[in-house]
Amino acid sequence: MTRIDDNPAGGRSAVTVRGLVKHYGETKALDGVDLDVREGTVMGVLGPNGAGKTTLVRILSTLITPDAGQATVAGYDVVRQPRQLRRTIGLTGQYASVDEKLPGWENLYLIGRLLDLSRKDARARADELLERFSLTEAARRPAGTYSGGMRRRLDLAASMIGRPAVLYLDEPTTGLDPRTRNEVWDEVKAMVGEGVTVLLTTQYMEEAEQLASELTVVDRGKVIAKGGIEELKARVGGRTLRVRPVDPLELRPLAGMLDELGLTGLAATTVDTATGTLLVPILSDEQLTAVVGAVTARGVTVSSITTELPSLDEVFLSLTGHRASAPQDTAPADDRQEVAV
Amino acid sequence: MSSATLSPAATKTDTPIPLRSHLRHTGALIRRNLLWIRQDPESMFDAILFPVVFTLLFVYVFGGSIGQSLGGGQDRYVQYVIPGLLAMMGMNMAQGVGTGFNQDFNSGVMDRFRSLPIGRGSVLFAKIAVEMMRMLFASAVLLVVALLVGYDVHSWSGLLASVALSAVFGSALMWVFLTLGVMMKSAQSVQAMGFLVLMPLQFGSSIFAPTASMPGWLQAFTDYNPLSSLADSARALMEGGTDAHALWVTLIWSVALTAVMAPVAVHKFRTKS
Repeated sequence: MTRIDDNPAGGRSAVTVRGLVKHYGETKALDGVDLDVREGTVMGVLGPNGAGKTTLVRILSTLITPDAGQATVAGYDVVRQPRQLRRTIGLTGQYASVDEKLPGWENLYLIGRLLDLSRKDARARADELLERFSLTEAARRPAGTYSGGMRRRLDLAASMIGRPAVLYLDEPTTGLDPRTRNEVWDEVKAMVGEGVTVLLTTQYMEEAEQLASELTVVDRGKVIAKGGIEELKARVGGRTLRVRPVDPLELRPLAGMLDELGLTGLAATTVDTATGTLLVPILSDEQLTAVVGAVTARGVTVSSITTELPSLDEVFLSLTGHRASAPQDTAPADDRQEVAV
Repeated sequence: MSSATLSPAATKTDTPIPLRSHLRHTGALIRRNLLWIRQDPESMFDAILFPVVFTLLFVYVFGGSIGQSLGGGQDRYVQYVIPGLLAMMGMNMAQGVGTGFNQDFNSGVMDRFRSLPIGRGSVLFAKIAVEMMRMLFASAVLLVVALLVGYDVHSWSGLLASVALSAVFGSALMWVFLTLGVMMKSAQSVQAMGFLVLMPLQFGSSIFAPTASMPGWLQAFTDYNPLSSLADSARALMEGGTDAHALWVTLIWSVALTAVMAPVAVHKFRTKS
């Protein structure tokens, strides 16, 4: 097997995607996506519903074929060598794909057998993974009776049976409560520690920051930004300072002033008229102090000032100048197979 | 669908799956489908209720009057209808295969299977194998009920041959239902579709009543209805003889259905996004 190319960022590519295109009728779910995931790293693919994240994962898992472009995983082509490719991947879908009628143990044993493990090995692997994901107690209960977090853990366990080189986590914590989400994050971190290459799709900046080392931001089937987390965060503003003047008429003059003074981070200040706030990307505490000073010097009364990590929405605002595509527009089309086939 | 980089001819470079692995995968999936039944015994209700309800309904509600037209009474009708019911057991179980399959697709389990290095036919074969077991079970139930309502077994070997024929025809129809299961959006619509297709075919045949008294246009239909041939073959076999014509027609239909629909089902399954 030959690897298509070396990753520009150095290190060998576990996943290489070039010019990937997938249409669903008129909708372009993927419109020329390029992606490189280096071995042993976690690549976060960040984007709103309908951005094409799930379509990308489905192509890379050989569930659907691309209309154009090329993709290899561990050196295997998604179209020409699907069987070899399937041996090297683990998939955890957005909708936990465990068999609800089967007990947890049986789910894992089944996958082990389907991966050509001997009966003995499949049994041992099922026991081992249940233990590892703290599911031993629930081993004999149907997965349908599990809590949300347990099901995700079972799903993770199922994707680990074949000791995959590349693991796809498609929105692993969507719909989970914060505590369970942290549990899943811990499990993912532990797996990454073992050297698995991970492709993570998510809608949450926070999740990407927790798990990923590099980030690719997608919107409407296109990559709109890529780079290291820190780099991207700096680009969109390491933090966002949210300033709410009492008088909304002050919003635009304030934004203009801050930009003029060059006080903001790399991106421009944006005005969020919906909430009547000014979003000021900042890179340092000094900058924060300077901004507050400038606002005070102008004599504007402010009802609140908060700092926050940029949300996905803000990432989009600063990268594209528009808000993330409204979920209701395209969400089901990408994320589930409601699209006509 | 095509581009310079995706040439279908290159698919051959992929490694084939050895037969041993195919058998292992199919076996593991059969185990899964059997565990479903253990987990959800209600899924066997149709296999028990169908033979019981249909036998009692037809024998006691219509048996007397149809029996008269056969030149006897209810006893005569029992001998007539039981082979028909036995023959259609395979096709009735075939309906269920589509709905179960559809549920797998909608639950995301199928995505997991399809992302594993298994032959995609294994999933289909395992489903068919388990439906066959259900069909044998339903046939056994039918036989018990038949004996209770006074069916007189004339030929045990003919009876076994009829069960086999029913299984052959049923498995051919399963490919049709598997295709529907892959293509349709919900399990309910698969069920409704199956009902709508099978119902007129079943009643417009010689399964439940002799066709002689039917109007000419309907007879024209029943004569070509493969279910008539199926029922007639089973009837002849169970009486200890053979209806060579009906038997051939049934077998040809089975082979033809399989030859056409099995590749369609596998293809639809493979390309389902």
